[in-house]
Amino acid sequence: MRVELLFWEGCPSYPTALAELREAMAGLALDPGAVVVRAVNTRSEAMAEGFVGSPTIRINGVDVQPPGEEPVGLTCRVYHRRDGRISPTPDPADLRDALRAAQGPTAGSR
Amino acid sequence: MTAIGDPAPTFSLPDTRGTRHEPGGPSPTVVVFTCNHCPYALAWHRRIIDVARDYADRGVRVLAINPNDSERYPRDSLEAMRARVRQREFEGVPYLRDESQAVARAYGAKTTPDVFVLDAGGVLRYRGAPDADHDDPTQDAAFLRGALDAVLDGRDPDPVETPPVGCSIKWKA
Repeated sequence: MRVELLFWEGCPSYPTALAELREAMAGLALDPGAVVVRAVNTRSEAMAEGFVGSPTIRINGVDVQPPGEEPVGLTCRVYHRRDGRISPTPDPADLRDALRAAQGPTAGSR
Repeated sequence: MTAIGDPAPTFSLPDTRGTRHEPGGPSPTVVVFTCNHCPYALAWHRRIIDVARDYADRGVRVLAINPNDSERYPRDSLEAMRARVRQREFEGVPYLRDESQAVARAYGAKTTPDVFVLDAGGVLRYRGAPDADHDDPTQDAAFLRGALDAVLDGRDPDPVETPPVGCSIKWKA
């Protein structure tokens, strides 16, 4: 499984997102150190990556919260928590669900 | 940049209908730099609007200012600001446009949100975050409310300053 966290230094949310991602991985017996962390520093890099904001977390290339029509750019990304709150980081439950889905249907029975 | 205890910069900025607003008057004024696209500003938004409602009867005015470059960040365009006002997201709070970014520069604003509390004499008495955690609505803008309570009672706020937390202001190139 390839887990990536893309961030822009101008937004302060990525350390929290990375910690929550690693915690979710540890909870599912995945290696928290396996996260590939990459900085997106310029608008051209953002365009090339399809980066719609910081942080962006992709598991096997799939965004944990599909960005829809969000424009590409160097900015903080808006996430929606399951209780309806707006947040700069994804809901940890969404991270866990995305990781479980990537593990496949047999992962929980091992 | 304005320091605590200094006279805050004066300004006159238009709201989304073109009506101009200035800080000052017989009661404290809260100046909040904010925007449409930042999750920190959005997460704290309701708490700040609630402050405006709760302190209106003591004469406190809250002025929200969007200083972001809307060419690079179209979600901060004047039309997008108008849409949020039409959706009643700014009840009791004028939403002002700082097109030249001169007001944000004069205040030394760094993020959205960045909160400044001015006393009735126009002196800066508090600057920083609304409260300690954007992710915890029960914080209820405690820093801001505490600062207003202190200023209204003739005391110094405690704390007088906290680090602003949020998205960097999007300066024009």
